[in-house]
Amino acid sequence: MRIGVITFPGTCDDVDARMAVDKVAESVALWHADPDLHGVDGVVVPGGFSYGDYLRAGAIARFAPVMESVVAAAREGLPVLGICNGFQVLCEAGLLPGALLPNTSLRFICRQVELQVQRTDTPFTSQCQVGDRLSIPSKHMSGRFTGEVPEDQVVLRYVDGHNPNGSQDDVAGVCNEQRNVLGLMPHPEHAVDLLTGGSEDGLKLFAGMAAAVAPAAAA
Amino acid sequence: MRARVLIRPKAGILDPQGKAVERALPALGFSGVSNVHVGRLVELDCEDPSQLDRLCRELLANPLVEDYEVLA
Repeated sequence: MRIGVITFPGTCDDVDARMAVDKVAESVALWHADPDLHGVDGVVVPGGFSYGDYLRAGAIARFAPVMESVVAAAREGLPVLGICNGFQVLCEAGLLPGALLPNTSLRFICRQVELQVQRTDTPFTSQCQVGDRLSIPSKHMSGRFTGEVPEDQVVLRYVDGHNPNGSQDDVAGVCNEQRNVLGLMPHPEHAVDLLTGGSEDGLKLFAGMAAAVAPAAAA
Repeated sequence: MRARVLIRPKAGILDPQGKAVERALPALGFSGVSNVHVGRLVELDCEDPSQLDRLCRELLANPLVEDYEVLA
């Protein structure tokens, strides 16, 4: 199966995201100005600072030609994983509920955080158990989740004392109503190798995504 | 037309920038200042003012968390 990873001007985590994908599937580079999804079975919208985040995190990227195709495909059920800036882009694009506001500290925060899995009925968390703790790096300036979201769409929460940004109700990751789109602020693509990630817990989300698209690829 | 758009955090949404200003004021000797909110002003030349509302809603502001107002 093939999973696309988008690069916008200002994206900085696309390489790590492709390395993470390559551990469980085949990664395909997608370019912001090219609306063609090249037949991929899933898409990762990685972290970084798309178009410089000059107006508001993720606000410009949602208008990229590639995003028009991603939005249409996501509504048809394509699995889409948005990480950090990717999460912000998916919220701005209307694929996910809520918005990401500047951290309460107004500072850029970079630290390992503990997440607790709330739901396993998404492709991404299908390899986890409810209550599993994932140790994953987090690094962002605007990660304070705000918005109305039904409890069954909260997929990941910061463990008590690990909320780095002031997110409402410790929300770290949410999915859409259809459950095929997930956005989270921490970076699972940086936690796929013990040498550099502090844990391999992030790999579970990619493995879940790959397992979900495998039947589609085989069909 | 020269348009000015005022964008502010919605009431009830924590505004850490406003809080930071508020906390800094006593150190400078200001007292009796409270309820500070920081927004932003966007100025633009616009040939067709009827498109301003959509422009604000879809790009300049995020209506989920911000209020916007086109100033006369």
